[in-house]
Amino acid sequence: MNLKLKIWRQKDADSAGKMVDYEISDVSPDMSFLEMLDVLNEDLIAKGDDPVEFDHDCREGICGACSLQINGEPHGPDRGVTTCQLHMRKFKDGDTIYIEPFRAKAFPVVKDLIVDRSSFDRIQQAGGYISVNTSGNTIDANAIPVNKHDADKAFDAATCIGCGACVAACKNASAMLFTSAKVSQFALLPQGQVEATDRVMNMVRQMDLEGFGNCTNTGACEIECPKGISLENIARMNREYLAASLKG
Amino acid sequence: MSTLDSKIPQGPLADMWTKHKNEINLVNPANKRNIDVIVVGTGLAGGSAAATLAELGYNVKTFCYQDSPRRAHSIAAQGGINAAKNYQGDGDSVYRLFYDTVKGGDYRAREANVYRLAEVSANIIDQCVAQGVPFAREYGGLLDNRSFGGVLVSRTFYAKGQTGQQLLLGAYSAMNRQINRGKIKSYNRHEMLDLVIVDGKARGIIARNLVTGEIERHSAHAVVIASGGYGNVFFLSTNAMGSNVTASWKIHKKGAYFANPCFTQIHPTCIPVSGEHQSKLTLMSESLRNDGRIWVPKKLEDAKAIREGKLKPTALAEEDRDYYLERRYPSFGNLVPRDVASRAAKERCDAGFGVNATGEAVYLDFSSAIMRYGREKAVTSGIKNPTEDQVRKLGEEVIEAKYGNLFQMYEKIVDENPYKTPMKIYPAVHYTMGGIWVDYNLMTTIPGCYAAGEANFSDHGANRLGASALMQGLADGYFVLPYTIGDYLSKDIRTGEISTDLPEFEEAENHVKAQISKLINNNGTNSVDYYHKKLGKIMWNKCGMARNEQGLKEAIEEISALREDFYKNVRVPGEESGKNSELEKAMRVADFLELGELFAKDALHRNESCGGHFREEYQTEEGEALRDDENFKYVAAWEYKGEPKDAVLHKEELIYENIELKTRSYK
Repeated sequence: MNLKLKIWRQKDADSAGKMVDYEISDVSPDMSFLEMLDVLNEDLIAKGDDPVEFDHDCREGICGACSLQINGEPHGPDRGVTTCQLHMRKFKDGDTIYIEPFRAKAFPVVKDLIVDRSSFDRIQQAGGYISVNTSGNTIDANAIPVNKHDADKAFDAATCIGCGACVAACKNASAMLFTSAKVSQFALLPQGQVEATDRVMNMVRQMDLEGFGNCTNTGACEIECPKGISLENIARMNREYLAASLKG
Repeated sequence: MSTLDSKIPQGPLADMWTKHKNEINLVNPANKRNIDVIVVGTGLAGGSAAATLAELGYNVKTFCYQDSPRRAHSIAAQGGINAAKNYQGDGDSVYRLFYDTVKGGDYRAREANVYRLAEVSANIIDQCVAQGVPFAREYGGLLDNRSFGGVLVSRTFYAKGQTGQQLLLGAYSAMNRQINRGKIKSYNRHEMLDLVIVDGKARGIIARNLVTGEIERHSAHAVVIASGGYGNVFFLSTNAMGSNVTASWKIHKKGAYFANPCFTQIHPTCIPVSGEHQSKLTLMSESLRNDGRIWVPKKLEDAKAIREGKLKPTALAEEDRDYYLERRYPSFGNLVPRDVASRAAKERCDAGFGVNATGEAVYLDFSSAIMRYGREKAVTSGIKNPTEDQVRKLGEEVIEAKYGNLFQMYEKIVDENPYKTPMKIYPAVHYTMGGIWVDYNLMTTIPGCYAAGEANFSDHGANRLGASALMQGLADGYFVLPYTIGDYLSKDIRTGEISTDLPEFEEAENHVKAQISKLINNNGTNSVDYYHKKLGKIMWNKCGMARNEQGLKEAIEEISALREDFYKNVRVPGEESGKNSELEKAMRVADFLELGELFAKDALHRNESCGGHFREEYQTEEGEALRDDENFKYVAAWEYKGEPKDAVLHKEELIYENIELKTRSYK
């Protein structure tokens, strides 16, 4: 396949960026999207140009490092995958592909397609944990039976990879899906009950401080989430938040 | 010739760790506040160590090249974590886990370390459940288990195919709690580029801020290296793109011995290579071998027809299939250890039975399991006389619940539906058992410098069993290192803060800066990947699943020549300052180009076959590995002397007092 690429280039956080046109030929449909960018970068290096910077690491859809807004969609046109799992067979010969960084006030651009998602870490630091010491002197694991239905739901929420697609998909750049996934994981487990009130209050406070927008129940986040994190989690967090506010 | 002291405590194996913990020195809580510890790497070992050390009261600084600690490559571990809980009542025990691990490692691991690992394994599960890690459960609310290769019990705890992710997020959450308290400062997008030694002790590191390009000095009273393995020396592996040997290699060059570098795990079930553009390989969890059966066609003409696309695997009759693992190893069948399964796949493909266009793939088939589960499900759902389609549908649902994410991952990459047609798989580089040599306390040969997790060599011998990497990472970080490091730090309570103005810091910084500027100003013609791919090809062809004397000698020459060419002709675009991924890669590949040669040298010197190290000259008539306990029952620890070829061998003799040395058999 031969493709036209329009890629966002930006030197650093303080510089202005712009879309730059590239052409790439002989793309195999079996390549992943990032392997296509690898080929482009090899071409650029050979020509003496600077390669395009983008975040990536595991290349199997689990680390959450890769991002990219592809033709206006986080992680591109396929469903249930990250950009590294997107394959070129989803595109046609002659296509023009727009490649931009995830856009949000709370995700400033670092360079080209790389954004700073440390706001997500700070939300987790505000309460995304159970305050139990790591000494191993806890009770036997099977002394805390957990209803399988709840355990499975907690697991589903916990599979969030923190990529930020939910924020990039949202017209308000809201981080509700991300934050609610962690709140839900612990809200569904008996171990999480002790700190439930403080957890949800602190995490939501931090989320607001970081400059993420509000949720208006559009649901784009759920559709674009590569891990299928459900909107139910947002409803659960709202319930937890309301209950905590009344206690507060 | 050996100067290695493994510091194994005296006394019976079962009491050793408890006794040792009782006898080592402690640091009082007030003094811990005055002691700094650097942890490089935030995977299971680094993340858990950092959280625990901070919780104890030390001031911890963590470093990772990723943008968040949560993205360390432990996150990609799929299948599970072993623990001797014996929840299934199937005869498991600490001793049995210890025995399986030593045997699985082909008797090249240290007894005392492995026993301790088995001993603390049960604690890990308790700890993780208390942290809210959502392990798979049965309907009664208790934890579920499954089986992994090389064992006859079900001791593997799991969270679907994302166990590594859940455990890492558990460790990350424990870290976050300490970051919130101000006890951990996490330096993300930072890469350690040198170790600073003051008066013979590890006292800090030089790190590059990968966003600004600044070179920073960080001091501490002890440095923990938990930066993972070096599988990416093969270019193609299941490791993350950024996984590297740099931190380990830098400490090696500063005096830490590198042990058994040739012990590499080639994992049998990965998605085969599809073309030259390939940047990495994807693992299909070993847990799939609980239900998948591995086969190739019995007849060469059928294999040929399949390769040419003229025959579908599903059309091949049962009697025309060769379930070669079940045939060769009836008692373990599809669940033989990884090294055995990988070699068996290579043997069949080399003999011409491979099933994809490149001839390097075998089938992993779920159809029997789907029908078996379907029939069970029909019975429990009260469906009488179900049709075959009904049974298949029910069975597919069961398989989806168990391995759904893996099947989806496969389908996205290969564009084939593994519920309907068998998966194609082939071995790929996955894990490195070799690593930095450490004593019983996890200290390297540099005082105050520790190595944990995959970065050290200690627990898996010549082959690691499935679901044991997660166990070792967390055991080292949560339960071993926090005790043993205290013993060392107890002598540092009066030292006070280490100044980064010391000449040793300046010297190390200048050295790093010179290396960076040399690469940036090289103005060569070839990209970094050009060299990395070439190195990978040499490694895979001559230091891969089967090795021989001639190939290894060639590999040493070729890698050395490639390294020379790299420094002459590599092109690193961009500048020293600011984000520059090519520069980061160049620094890592430079280290791989040295490690690769040491790897080949180690493989050449070890004139035996054991575990993942298979020397063609040393095999039985049936093609099984032929170990030589007489001459090679030792850990090969290499001391750096300027060039990889000059490395000096130190031997740590392995002593087996609790396990009888036997020829490993899974027949």
